[in-house]
Amino acid sequence: MAILEVEHIQKKFGGVQVLKDIGFSMEKGQTLSIIGSSGSGKTTLLRCLNFLERPDTGMIRVNGETLFDAGNPDTTTESEIRRKRLHFGLVFQSFNLFPQYTALQNVMLAGQLLAKEASDYKARRKEINLAIEAHAKELLNQMGLGDRMGNYPHQLSGGQCQRVAIARALALTPDILCFDEPTSALDPELTGEVLRVIRELADKETTMIIVTHEMAFARDVADSVIFMDDGYIVEQGTPGEVIENPKEERTRQFLSRYTQG
Amino acid sequence: MQLFMEQFPIVIRSLNIGFLQTLKLFFVTLIGAFPLGLVIAFGSMSHFRPLRYLSKVLVWIIRGTPLMIQLLIIYYFPGLVLHKPIWGGGESGRFLAASVSFVLNYACYFSEIYRGGIQSIPVGQTEAGLVLGMTKRQIFVRVKLLQMIKRIVPPMSNEIITLVKDTSLARIIALQEIIWAGQAFMKGSQGISGAIWPLFFTAVYYLVCNGVLTLLLGYLEKRLDYFK
Repeated sequence: MAILEVEHIQKKFGGVQVLKDIGFSMEKGQTLSIIGSSGSGKTTLLRCLNFLERPDTGMIRVNGETLFDAGNPDTTTESEIRRKRLHFGLVFQSFNLFPQYTALQNVMLAGQLLAKEASDYKARRKEINLAIEAHAKELLNQMGLGDRMGNYPHQLSGGQCQRVAIARALALTPDILCFDEPTSALDPELTGEVLRVIRELADKETTMIIVTHEMAFARDVADSVIFMDDGYIVEQGTPGEVIENPKEERTRQFLSRYTQG
Repeated sequence: MQLFMEQFPIVIRSLNIGFLQTLKLFFVTLIGAFPLGLVIAFGSMSHFRPLRYLSKVLVWIIRGTPLMIQLLIIYYFPGLVLHKPIWGGGESGRFLAASVSFVLNYACYFSEIYRGGIQSIPVGQTEAGLVLGMTKRQIFVRVKLLQMIKRIVPPMSNEIITLVKDTSLARIIALQEIIWAGQAFMKGSQGISGAIWPLFFTAVYYLVCNGVLTLLLGYLEKRLDYFK
């Protein structure tokens, strides 16, 4: 069964139709890359999946559970959506780490807040917080940041910040981890370290959706690729199909701009 | 010189009593205006239009008129016009009326500083909190509040230092703060009359007080330097 099913998503900002009937699905453990030029709607689609934008129409299902159905107002209230967001994690282009917290605190904060909502929190407080801390440390180690846990974001490089942000998103063990151009804000020499950890996650069969401009990376890491243009999914398939042998003229044009530049 | 030496302890005792009242008004204003300012700031950022307009009009009126006029209206209007002297007589009534005027006035100024501080925090901070399943309240308290405080310390320091000096405006309703105490020696008090130097000397109190505050606020600014 598909882990994620998206149907008929449309989104309009003011008079501009940014997403025009988007639908796709993906399997657990897969990596999906979304490519396309700026303004094609890639980022808006990711933001809709994380409920930072509310789609005007359409449906989002995870593991068969309907998380969002524009036709059913019960699924669109703020309190409903807060819990449902946790099915998804999002890594932002500009990291958005919390500056007043150390790397470790950034990774732990949301988990600690959520734990407080558990009914047995008071009784098991110490135990729960130790578990959260151990998990956060393990994630930071996995990101190669074992010696940076006590540093504040402004003491870290962009690549290190983005790896903290990835650990922070992973800390809540989302079903699907989304990346919104994770290396676009980085100096070229720092993209490698971030792409490397994403590649490691893919090897561990983490379910991921990656909006990216790194074509070579998308080709190597993704199990499937979606090419978006002007609010539509123009083409989707394996990297071999979409990137190596695109069927559509628009895809070819887009890719040729990349190989030339 | 001998006369001055005789007058000095008497004057200092009076000025100290006056300055105590000044400090009381100062702290009451801060304690009241810090939270009230936040309420007004949220009001003026509210998506609920009537509340937003109400807050903006209040800020416009309070910031648009002199604090001295506000003091006079708040103190005298209930008794003289409505014939309902709600403040009660004596020094405690004057202090209450002055406190209300100052809290309201400073809350409006603070609210604009808060608003600027909150709105200057990148929206990405809120979005990061949202995708991590935090509530709006948690995002404000755990993510944005400290960043806001860091940003508003310099403009708030300005207001706080101004407040120390503005308390002297309460002289207009005869609150017995330090200016009132200094002036008393011109008209005659405790056997001293026609002396202008006590009034001039009050400046030393303000200066020392603001010196201490400047150091404290500078320290706070330094303490918040650990993040950017």
